[in-house]
Amino acid sequence: MNTASTLDPSEIAKFAKTAHAWWDEKGPFAPLHRLNPARLAYIRDRAAARFGPPASRRRPLEGLRVLDIGCGGGLVSEPLARLGARLTAIDAEGETLKIAEAHALAQGLSITYSQASAEDLAHKGLQFDLVIAMEIIEHTADVGAFLTAAAALTAPGGLLILSTINRTWMAKALAVHAAEHLLRWVPAGTHDPEKLVKPEEIAAPLRALGLEVDAPVGLSLDLGKGGFRLSADVRMNYLIAAERR
Amino acid sequence: MTKQTDTCDVLVAGGGMVGLTLALALRQAGLEVIAVDGEVPAAQLDPAYDGRASAIAFASWRMLKTLGVVERIGAHAEPIEEIVVSDGRPAGSSRRSGPSSLFLHFDRRELNPGPEGEALGYMVENRRMRLALAQQARETGLDLRAPDAVESHSVLPGQIRVQLRSGRVVQAGLLAAADGRDSRSRRAAGLRTAGWVHKQAALVVTVRAQRPHRGIAHEYFLPGGPFAILPLSDNRACVVWTDRAPTVGALLALKDGDFLAELKARFGDFLGDLTVEGPRFSYPLGVHVAEKLIAPGVALVGDAGHGVHPIAGQGLNMGLRDCAALAEVLVDAARLGQDLGATATLARYDRWRRFDNALLAWATEGFNTLFSNDWPLLRLARDLGMSAVSSIPPARRFFMKAAGGELGDLPLLLRGEALAL
Repeated sequence: MNTASTLDPSEIAKFAKTAHAWWDEKGPFAPLHRLNPARLAYIRDRAAARFGPPASRRRPLEGLRVLDIGCGGGLVSEPLARLGARLTAIDAEGETLKIAEAHALAQGLSITYSQASAEDLAHKGLQFDLVIAMEIIEHTADVGAFLTAAAALTAPGGLLILSTINRTWMAKALAVHAAEHLLRWVPAGTHDPEKLVKPEEIAAPLRALGLEVDAPVGLSLDLGKGGFRLSADVRMNYLIAAERR
Repeated sequence: MTKQTDTCDVLVAGGGMVGLTLALALRQAGLEVIAVDGEVPAAQLDPAYDGRASAIAFASWRMLKTLGVVERIGAHAEPIEEIVVSDGRPAGSSRRSGPSSLFLHFDRRELNPGPEGEALGYMVENRRMRLALAQQARETGLDLRAPDAVESHSVLPGQIRVQLRSGRVVQAGLLAAADGRDSRSRRAAGLRTAGWVHKQAALVVTVRAQRPHRGIAHEYFLPGGPFAILPLSDNRACVVWTDRAPTVGALLALKDGDFLAELKARFGDFLGDLTVEGPRFSYPLGVHVAEKLIAPGVALVGDAGHGVHPIAGQGLNMGLRDCAALAEVLVDAARLGQDLGATATLARYDRWRRFDNALLAWATEGFNTLFSNDWPLLRLARDLGMSAVSSIPPARRFFMKAAGGELGDLPLLLRGEALAL
């Protein structure tokens, strides 16, 4: 196994500066708050397709062991915990984890947060029914090694779901340049355009690792409703799921 | 001393018509709800508490049917078959009282033909509506705390902590403020309102008519303000007489016989002889709209968020539409595990309702200014305008659909579909 770290120190330092702002819905992470409903709906429905129709619509992920890689402030971990999942959430940045932990604790949400990388957990031989990596692969030092670790963390019969920004001229112009400099939705330098990942650059390595990979699903701005919706257009943000046999 | 803490998904402040409707909708969907109201439950049901009747638009009616409330109202609802809007003028002026020759006429048969067609709306006395909602709340086991009230609230991560007057503390995902036009929770959330109090007031009285009203609602525009005759069950009618506040004060003070004479002079004799039933009520009028319907952990519904001139019968309907939209937004959010009080969750509700509410508030306001005026040219213009709308079937159907709450992106409950987690 490749033991090179997938963590990128300069990326981690970037997120330490804004750790306090994760739950500020008008702050630098506002776009992630707005992405959430569509991302969560995809995860919930894709999990139901994999693990069968849930007994409870309020807690459809009841009993599933879920790993959130690059959890940040817990924006996705918390809803998944409310949906019944047994959450382990990891991030490389310590200040962020303190914020995440305190926020979950205040609500009595049981989430196991720890400062670790995907390969740390893979080395320990841990496995989960559902592994999610939301908007994190574009911040890693080595996409191939990251995918290898994520696949290893997915239990046989389990599901791996990633989301990220495509490397297209449109995504570079809008999701990176406009979002950082024109709209100021996110701090300048949040994304390095050259580190963006195309769907095939995720799908091919996962297939080589023996996973069955879905076609990617796009996340498009819904101007009417002010949020994002799932779509067939993968030129900007997209989600991709893979099942491990 | 240990404080008693209860938890729920949504705490509804206010157990009036809008508050109870919201509570029933959320509960039917499977969310945990606690409702609090400042008065003992029996107070609202006293005949002297509320003399008004409401025109429930057909979309709102579908929701009430879905929630099991219509069944409890039973025969106390009167279907509105037709609406006749005209430029009236009291007797003693140049013309006799009653409807003028130029008028706007809406007929449900044009929208929903056949004897089984859906009515334009239903007239229900507020007292009957409150009774039906209270019964349904009791039958479905709604956790209604009354008399009790929200003292204060504080927003915490993922929840809102509400201190009740009784000393109990409730931790909820959201505080839904349905506590009326002087909403305490709205003020506590720092949401401002814009609006003003009118020089007009409304006098409300119930009459029994000699001849059958056949489910026809009349609205006359008199110089002092609109005068509405709304059909009630048992061949009664609710009269909403809007006039300058001092005039309304004087009308309240009149002896029964003198009042009846004044009433007949405006009402006309098209329904034969009239008898007044029950007391006269008066209500001050005003318009207000909150700057936003949401704050962290708080959503405003009904009069807490907006109040309108009663001219188009839209006040309660706007509140009921708020309930349908908010319930759907919260159920969808709960199914995603989202924080119910987060702005990301509530923004959809605000966007869904604010435009409709603000538009209606200012549109009915303009309508009232236009019609509460006796300037001859304005009078001619509005008569011609009304007959123009009346002679164009698509325009007529559009107005009927708008008044029925049928336009725009309808929440499921307003289409008569139940919400479920």
